[in-house]
Amino acid sequence: MVIDELHDRCGEWLKGDGPQSDIVMSSRIRLARNLADFPFIRRCNDIDKANIESTVRERLSQEDAFTTLNFFNVAKLNSLDRQLLVERQLISRELSNGDGSRAVAIDSRERLSLMVNEEDHLRIQVMKSGLNLDGAWEQINKLDDDIESRLTYAFHPKFGYLTACPTNAGTGIRVSVLVHLPALAITHQIEKVFRSLQKINLVVRGLYGEGTQAMGDFYQISNQVTLGKSEREIIDQVADVIPYVIDYERKARQYLLDEKQNDLFDRVSRAYGTLQTAQQISSEETMYLLSRVRMGVNLELIDNLEIPHINQLFLRTQPAHLQKICEQTLDTDQRNVERANYLRLQLKRDDTDAQAN
Amino acid sequence: MKCQKCEKPATFHITDLTGKEGLLELHLCPDCAKQYLQTGESEQETPKISGVLSSQLKLEQTAEDLKELDGKECPICGISFYEFRQAGRLGCPHDYVFFGEELEPLLLNVHNGSEHVGKQPKRGVRDTESQTELIRLRREMKEAVQEENYERAQELRDRIRSIEGEGRSNE
Ligand SMILES: [Zn+2]
Ligand SMILES: [Zn+2]
Repeated sequence: MVIDELHDRCGEWLKGDGPQSDIVMSSRIRLARNLADFPFIRRCNDIDKANIESTVRERLSQEDAFTTLNFFNVAKLNSLDRQLLVERQLISRELSNGDGSRAVAIDSRERLSLMVNEEDHLRIQVMKSGLNLDGAWEQINKLDDDIESRLTYAFHPKFGYLTACPTNAGTGIRVSVLVHLPALAITHQIEKVFRSLQKINLVVRGLYGEGTQAMGDFYQISNQVTLGKSEREIIDQVADVIPYVIDYERKARQYLLDEKQNDLFDRVSRAYGTLQTAQQISSEETMYLLSRVRMGVNLELIDNLEIPHINQLFLRTQPAHLQKICEQTLDTDQRNVERANYLRLQLKRDDTDAQAN
Repeated sequence: MKCQKCEKPATFHITDLTGKEGLLELHLCPDCAKQYLQTGESEQETPKISGVLSSQLKLEQTAEDLKELDGKECPICGISFYEFRQAGRLGCPHDYVFFGEELEPLLLNVHNGSEHVGKQPKRGVRDTESQTELIRLRREMKEAVQEENYERAQELRDRIRSIEGEGRSNE
């Protein structure tokens, strides 16, 4: 697999299937792990980092489960390719912008990513489409065992898996669910929902990792506590609350349908119309409008679009993806024009249909 | 609706989750939104740790004690408590033991617990001594190279290789 094969693939978290996929985009679990015989990243020089990378690569190549993975040397990728991996959620911004030896191993279905030399020596991540934390845990738990059979982790009986930042110590687990909550945003109820989540120690973030702005009404709900609770308890804490969030969003959608129908139709059709006709458009505005259209499709207000297609548009209108599609580097203004061209093409108005009606 | 930062029409309605008073709703035009989003990125965890730590330390320590604590250095990786407190990142696994007394209240504060109850490595934690030994030797080797003491560096490298070799044959 080469990077250039990625951009026109679908990727696990945008497939738009799996349980509750009208509201839940994806379920993710990541584990933070460190090798016992190296200092944490902050105290590593380039030689240490190169040593860690080659040790990981060499030891894992002996394990059947890892022979099918594609290793990318992130330090050698150009910035466009790195950004492409960030947009696909296969690497973090921190790994992309870091320095020294660092790598990522990815499976061909983009369900698994193994980052080397991010904040910790290893960040293992498994993604599943829709609400499927049990499936994600089953897979990552097994992978972790396989890795551990080849590498010695830094572990302390009392503090658990030792991580560079004490906020991740213990299980080293982050369980997160990516949800799309446009109706809660429109009805100004989202704040209430988040406050109650914070009260039970859950964290809400925007779509792209540590950044916190909620672009396109996408929110990641994840655990904060990693020590003093088992992995199962932490997963259940997140899993138990998601049905309530889904239910709130559905009720808000129903309320808009029942009480604010004109307003709702107006928002959705204006969003759709803008995406179909704009001559230049930023990625932020695109996400904002696609979010409305996505809800419109879910509520059957728009009937000639499929959810996986819209999910794809969210990704392919991101800067790096767009430049890969256009096969050239583009500055912001050029991107805004190309993005509008791409959207018009993808969402072409079917005039013959309109006339037939 | 007009943009909150200029007069253009607001087409963005952004929910910022970082605000101190909880959520902040912003209504911005595309230009202002772009600027806001590009500068709005923030690292969350690091300031939080230094914040929790410094308030915790102020309660428990006199300025003099704190100064002494700040100067404390891990014998394995060489990180000082001051550096950890500033960066929010530890230097090596041994720091959990070496700074254990200071870390425990922090862990309690962040996690509401300080004892691991989750999964454990299957192979058992054999021989942690030689693991920290390797980290220390690697650091000494770096220092020897820096001082251009290549003979010492060579010695240290051989020692590291032999420990690594033992580890591998045990597997
Ligand atoms: Zn403005
Ligand atoms: Zn140390």
